[in-house]
Amino acid sequence: MTTGKPHDRVDGRAKVTGQARYAGEFSAPDLVHGVVVTTAIARGKIVRIDAAEALALPGVLQVFTHENAPRLAWRDRSWRDMVAPGGSPLRPLHDAEIQFSGQPVALVVAESFELARHAAGLVVVVVEAAPHQTRLAEVEAEAHEPARGKKGYTPPPKPRGRADEALAAAPVRVEATYEHPALHHNPMEPHATTVVVEADGNLTIHDKTQGVGNSRDYVCKVFGLSTDQVRVVTPFVGGGFGSGLRPQYQLFLAVLAARELRRSVRVVLTRQQMFTLGYRPWTRQRVALGAERDGSLRALVHEAVGNTSRFEDYCENVVPWSGVLYECPNTRLEYGVAPLDLYTPIDARAPGAVTGLWALESAIDELADALDLDPLALRLRNYAEEDQDHRRPFSSKALRDCYREGAARFGWHRRSRAPRSMRAGPLQIGWGMATGIWEAQQAPSQAKALLTADGRLHVASASGEIGPGTYTIMSQIAAEQLGLPIAAVRFELGDTALPPAMIQGGSATASSVGSAVLAVCKALQHSLLKLAQTMPDSPFAGRGLDDVVFLDRGLRLRSGTADAVPIAAIMRHAGLGSLAEQATAIPDMARQSRYTSNAHSAVFVEVAVDEALGTVTVKRVVSAVAGGRILNPKTARSQILGGVVWGIGMALEEHSMLDHGLGRFVNHNLGEYHVPVHADVPEIDVLFVEERDDVVNPLGVKGLGEIGIVGVAAAIANAVFHATGRRIRELPITLDKLL
Amino acid sequence: MLPVMGDETCAITLKVNGATLRLQVAPWTTLLDLLRERLGLTGTKKGCDHGQCGACTVLVDGVRINSCLSLAVMRDGASVTTVEGLAEGEALHPLQQAFIDHDAFQCGYCTPGQLCSAVGLLAEGHASTDDQIRELMSGNLCRCGAYPNIVAAIGQAMRPRRSA
Repeated sequence: MTTGKPHDRVDGRAKVTGQARYAGEFSAPDLVHGVVVTTAIARGKIVRIDAAEALALPGVLQVFTHENAPRLAWRDRSWRDMVAPGGSPLRPLHDAEIQFSGQPVALVVAESFELARHAAGLVVVVVEAAPHQTRLAEVEAEAHEPARGKKGYTPPPKPRGRADEALAAAPVRVEATYEHPALHHNPMEPHATTVVVEADGNLTIHDKTQGVGNSRDYVCKVFGLSTDQVRVVTPFVGGGFGSGLRPQYQLFLAVLAARELRRSVRVVLTRQQMFTLGYRPWTRQRVALGAERDGSLRALVHEAVGNTSRFEDYCENVVPWSGVLYECPNTRLEYGVAPLDLYTPIDARAPGAVTGLWALESAIDELADALDLDPLALRLRNYAEEDQDHRRPFSSKALRDCYREGAARFGWHRRSRAPRSMRAGPLQIGWGMATGIWEAQQAPSQAKALLTADGRLHVASASGEIGPGTYTIMSQIAAEQLGLPIAAVRFELGDTALPPAMIQGGSATASSVGSAVLAVCKALQHSLLKLAQTMPDSPFAGRGLDDVVFLDRGLRLRSGTADAVPIAAIMRHAGLGSLAEQATAIPDMARQSRYTSNAHSAVFVEVAVDEALGTVTVKRVVSAVAGGRILNPKTARSQILGGVVWGIGMALEEHSMLDHGLGRFVNHNLGEYHVPVHADVPEIDVLFVEERDDVVNPLGVKGLGEIGIVGVAAAIANAVFHATGRRIRELPITLDKLL
Repeated sequence: MLPVMGDETCAITLKVNGATLRLQVAPWTTLLDLLRERLGLTGTKKGCDHGQCGACTVLVDGVRINSCLSLAVMRDGASVTTVEGLAEGEALHPLQQAFIDHDAFQCGYCTPGQLCSAVGLLAEGHASTDDQIRELMSGNLCRCGAYPNIVAAIGQAMRPRRSA
């Protein structure tokens, strides 16, 4: 078996030697450079743009603005990408209207990057400001159900029972409001696009994207091009986390300039401009829980309002998890979005679940405190054995094992219940825990494969590699299916010339693209078996795929003593130099829709709080994950580590700060927007519990990109409460909130 | 109006990954942009251009620096080592191998900076514990959160040194 074992990344050597090439690193002989000019007001209109001084510089080729940009697609639907929410997407350089601070209003193109940057500073944008609103509390009353149209969004389920009456009647109640600010993804690679104009006028585009097909289709629709005129090639992405799900404005601007100038163009955003893209929305939530004195939940109310822009209804699944995670007869879940004069939010690692579970899992901890119960015992008391909202079973749910194995690894039984009861020298110690949940999903994807007589296998699908290890796990799956060493397999991705794959998001690549790779390898197996059956005295006569196994570059009967037949011999016999297959994997909806499929986790955290300084240090974390079958424990562990680190950032550091006077994010750099650094991250113990699931997809995997972060912020906040007796309900937990 | 600095260039000599280069560079060109745009050494990454993320870390005369904060003309005569210059032919630098062994990266974008920074760290000789590694590597951000694996990788590369 090749899957299930730890494997080094097959792209590891390229990444440690600097050979992995990212979107802004491709070149072309006549390449010119574009630098974006953004606006500094949140709402209003452009009165005029004076680019004369910039244009007067030798080497400056053009300054594109709404005044000289060509008229392009007219309908909103041409501008709406695969994962756009409902509304009217941003049309850069379309007209004089300013919809948010940081909106791109000009692109300066010059022969060198330095010259373009210098010239961009010379462009004068005269604006007329209109009043703006960037305070969520001021617009909460305007919260509305999001317009339809965003893929993956499910409106909250209908109320079950009578939650408010049950809450009023419950012997023990907790009720609180939780809030977290807008959070920017900040992948290390800034968004970038290199557009290479080929000799025939076609465009080869290297775009930082989580979906090459999404970028390709967007460019085709907006610029009125056919898909054979545009090819998007992105073999490596320097982190996405959701920020690359939608085409970002540098793609549009680079293509615009390349077409107008008939030159190859590169546009790279600055780190400051990365804060003009989407973000995890600012969200306020109210959770009310009612319970019997033994801890049995009687009522659960969860209401959330997240911000969106004025022109699109970004939405995410914040509250549905609360109806699924715990058994409770009376629930009422509500969600709305409220518009601010900011850019539209965009999915950020575990969108919705991170937000909802931060509130729910804090509230459960508050209830445990009110009941004087162990927080883990309270969760086990209310463990849901089926999906009450959809009245269907779980395809698998090993959360109980996460709780048990995680608690054992952490030593949870040694926790003293009372807040402020554990100390280490001058520091207050706190132990907290929380649950995580994320939806296991599969989307249609295709793959092709070419097996050559020399025993090499080339498999390809237009998926992405934002860092999870796609190249590696796909190579493992293919190698295992055909009994080849991994070194004999090459997996190719990130190119619209390859068979289409689902956009890389939602932890669904392993399940979706993996299933396509599995399917195409099964097709090869089938062809090889057929060919082997035509060999003289074939031991495979009358046998099916279930009777044979591919091992050590050969085919053999699963039972019996017959010798294996080398794949090379089968192909030689058939007179084939190569064997090609293509396959599509489509989710078995008839079966999958009868079940609810989720990944789960239990997160245990120890913090040390210095009450004199208000500082919180995470000392250790145990994350126990039920994520179905684990294809590569090495890369899988890394995914969970990354999620936990994101959770530490969310809990203690990250905060996109709005200056409401200016209506803009003001800490727009990595010196002031704090993400965790080496010194902030302790030992993180990741364990995967055994979980078999033959419903979710043919591989039995659930995806790991999101589950690692979910619940971490609540676990840390709960640990801070245990350490200090202070319940912080507004993230991040910075020292000002503890002093 | 400012003079257009790109018009004038200065002659400098740089040794880059062992090769001596005589270059005419504009005074406003950073060492980072020189490496990436002019010399095609895109292994060195631009993450913030403000010295806040460490992705552009290279070794100048053996010392780790943020190449985005240095103009190329300031380094006339210096010897620069980038991630492309760490391996000896096909043989990876022990840190490069340790990064692969410990899965010390995911997307790979911060990796060249982490590697060059770690080479500099080992040369400085101030780190012997994991906590010291964490402290002295904190100028290199990794948004994928590979930190525990990076610390383990650096620890592995340090071990022979410790026993020596």
